[in-house]
Amino acid sequence: MNLYQHTARELSRMLREKECSAREILQSVFDRIDACDEKVGAYLTLDREGAMAAAGRVDEKIAAGEEPGPLAGIPVAVKDNICTKGLLTTCASRMLYNFVPPYNATVMEKLETAGCVVPGKVNMDEFAMGSSCETSYFKKTHNPHDLDRVPGGSSGGSAAAVAAGEAVLSLGSDTGGSIRQPASCCGVIGLKPTYGSVSRYGLVAFASSLDQIGPMGRCVEDVAALYSVICGRDPMDATTARREYPDFASLLKGEVKGLRIGVPKEYFGPGVDPEVKDLVHQALRELEAAGATLVELSLPGTDYALSAYYIISSAEASSNLARFDGVKYGFRAESFDGLTDMYEKTRSQGFGDEVKRRIMLGTFVLSSGYYDAYYNKAKLFQKALRNEFSQAFQSCDIIATPTAPGIAFRLGENIGDPLKMYASDVCTVAVNIAGLPGLSVPCGTSQGMPVGLQFIGPRFSEERLFDAAYAFQNLRGGSLCTIPELG
Amino acid sequence: MKYTTVIGLEVHAELSTKTKIYCSCKNSFGSEVNSNCCPNCTGMPGSLPTLNEKVVEYAVRMGYATNCTINGVCKADRKNYFYPDLPKAYQISQYDIPLCEHGYVDILTDEEGTTRRIGITRIHIEEDAGKLIHSDNFDGSLVDLNRCGVPLIEIVSEPDLRSAQEAKAYLDTIRGILQYLDISDCKMQEGSIRCDVNVSVMPEGSDKFGTRCEMKNVNGFSAVERAIAYEAKRQMEVLEAGGVIAQETRRWDDIAGKNYLLRSKEDAQDYRYFPEPDLGVIVVEEEKLEELRRSIPELPVHRLLRYRREMGLPYFDANLLCENPDKAAYFEACAALGSCQPKAISNWLLGDVSRILNEKNRTIDDVAMTPESLCAMIALIDKGTISNTAGKTVLEEIIFSGKTPDQVVEEKGLAQISDTAALEAIVQEVLDSNAKVVADYKGGKSNALGFLVGQCMRRSKGQGNPTVIRQLLEKALG
Repeated sequence: MNLYQHTARELSRMLREKECSAREILQSVFDRIDACDEKVGAYLTLDREGAMAAAGRVDEKIAAGEEPGPLAGIPVAVKDNICTKGLLTTCASRMLYNFVPPYNATVMEKLETAGCVVPGKVNMDEFAMGSSCETSYFKKTHNPHDLDRVPGGSSGGSAAAVAAGEAVLSLGSDTGGSIRQPASCCGVIGLKPTYGSVSRYGLVAFASSLDQIGPMGRCVEDVAALYSVICGRDPMDATTARREYPDFASLLKGEVKGLRIGVPKEYFGPGVDPEVKDLVHQALRELEAAGATLVELSLPGTDYALSAYYIISSAEASSNLARFDGVKYGFRAESFDGLTDMYEKTRSQGFGDEVKRRIMLGTFVLSSGYYDAYYNKAKLFQKALRNEFSQAFQSCDIIATPTAPGIAFRLGENIGDPLKMYASDVCTVAVNIAGLPGLSVPCGTSQGMPVGLQFIGPRFSEERLFDAAYAFQNLRGGSLCTIPELG
Repeated sequence: MKYTTVIGLEVHAELSTKTKIYCSCKNSFGSEVNSNCCPNCTGMPGSLPTLNEKVVEYAVRMGYATNCTINGVCKADRKNYFYPDLPKAYQISQYDIPLCEHGYVDILTDEEGTTRRIGITRIHIEEDAGKLIHSDNFDGSLVDLNRCGVPLIEIVSEPDLRSAQEAKAYLDTIRGILQYLDISDCKMQEGSIRCDVNVSVMPEGSDKFGTRCEMKNVNGFSAVERAIAYEAKRQMEVLEAGGVIAQETRRWDDIAGKNYLLRSKEDAQDYRYFPEPDLGVIVVEEEKLEELRRSIPELPVHRLLRYRREMGLPYFDANLLCENPDKAAYFEACAALGSCQPKAISNWLLGDVSRILNEKNRTIDDVAMTPESLCAMIALIDKGTISNTAGKTVLEEIIFSGKTPDQVVEEKGLAQISDTAALEAIVQEVLDSNAKVVADYKGGKSNALGFLVGQCMRRSKGQGNPTVIRQLLEKALG
């Protein structure tokens, strides 16, 4: 077995027992990248020197007899919308093709403190808008389980890198499903944390009230460990909650006896692939057999969640993306006639179609005369949906649903049909609107492609979600993810 | 036809907090271009604002000082527009729930102390933008982002003002309050107070407002007066010629003394305000509000009226003393001693003390002389121990040194000779050696007496008491 194939938990033990070095781990990951990223296309930028130096520092620490910490020396791929000081951060957009941030995102500081090693930045849908990674200006990312299929999105590079063994862990960001849906497509585990538990400082904003950075990995323990590293109050982000967080990985018990799992009927409607439904139901029966109770329930607000999501997220995006105007950094149109023309040409040429579509949608819903009909209504719905979930959590501890309505689609299959593309978020957006945590774990395959099971909990119930997922992982023989050959 | 002018003002005042409103950069004027900014100020992707609580406190104090209702729970909103001096392409401001609203200030409309109440619609907090710079050596515009994030309050008045003079009085009042609260530098030349002016006219006696025009960024209080006078006259002329006023935004050119159309109502921008998602709800606790409310000092207009009423000062004196809170405080400390007349104190403070401070380019804060010393000096004059002229010398000596007047009088031998016996000899000498002048006086030239007094003063080396000398001379000359 090669080093890149191990989980972080195993690698950490091996480092501690001096069975390998951090540099060897990183080299194994780079070898894997060199061997198969041409096919997968997960990475946009590699930082071989910086990563090797970081791995070297971990090795020195271990050699000096210092306690390295659970994720020291572990290669973590980072989505290209998280600012990395001195390292290109493009958001997969022409608009930021040359943007090198002068500062680190808070999560990057935390990774550094934990001794994590960052091999590079990974692909995504442009400005995190998309569900397939196909809106990236630079390249297509392919699903490691079937190279003709998309990895999902927008954190498709983060999911594909972990699935292909090109990273042990990764960071993605999730605004409407952008961690969970690609995790489902690529057969890995991904957490969209409670809104306000992970700092957004340095995350290039798409929809500020919905965005959260979250971890992805190949086992529950690893994802819990990475979440423990990145969560916490940040004085630089006023939307982070004032609270203390435990070390989630050390709390895993795998106990589901007495756990009440809510099963909302709206998530198993006609839009969801029957094989996906069957796989999710099968997983739930296994949990029931292990002592959990299944509670049927209804979340009628689900039907409106997608509409509300596209209104709120586009509105905020139209404002957040206005700063890309060619004045200060990034792309500027080559020739123009005056200020307004410079703005128009820069933004017309710098943004892709999907981004422009959402900016126009968002500008429209915030316009005078339409604000009440759209934005305000969506915000009112948001309150109602939060109440609906609170009600639901009176009768259950967590909720289980499919993560996505189907398996990863073929490259190019939906790119010409935005509405069909948007529909792939139908199972995930409500979690963002309600500010809840959502965890996707693989629960089987359909047509040889992974299918995801989503656990949803009340705000700050990550511990409960991890434990349910850990129990499920144990029920499936201790492993939920496999790295494909790609030879 | 006769017209009434209706004016409403939007005053933007920079607050003098130590740091900026949404980051921890220094809030200072005159730094090297683009040196005083962080990822927030420059609108870097991924940067986030965090609210400086001091800004909220300053604004709440302004709210209490202008009798506003304070919204202890409010929010920030984004105002979206593109301009190169606005790096985020939105300004974080407040839209439908301002921090303060429904207030008023009383302004003085004449020297008799008549006041008029002007409504304050709202006061909200927001961030300033950067500055565009144009250089002969560069074909294009340059931008300095140091000012981005400098905290501002926008104070919006009701359309209660009826003349350019009232508008000026209102601005003076607002500036006085800002200075008394010590929350703004109020330096016009550094742009720390800026003004948008709304003007309309209506037939005298009407209660239906005309269509208003807005003039943006009128800099300087006297420019506001000129801009209003011009715009009111322009509108009246349009109406007199049978035209109608179009709602529009106009740009005031103070050098040309004219304004120009900037944009009409149809071209008005849609700022697409929405709640700022990066900042939570702004909450000021009850306890904090009460503490801030209690911190409001007596404000200049009230103080001015009190000086007139209780101290008998004329408007001119009271107004000048109240212009500067520190000078007023010094005056009050002197008056509280009760050892001399308030008017005498005012004369010295506004006269020689101000003159010396101006000459030395110092402020009342730099004065080492205690109120006790100043009053002691005045008392020496009152008692006739020193002359008024000697008093000035004493003042020069004690103002920055902290010496007592007695010490200086002693050191410099400034005590006046009021002893009749000592002065009679001098008077006799002068009379003896000025026979011609004495004859002139007796012949009816009464101003010859002044000359003789002067001669006596000279012989006494300035220390003779001129009043006593005059009496002695008159007596001797029969």
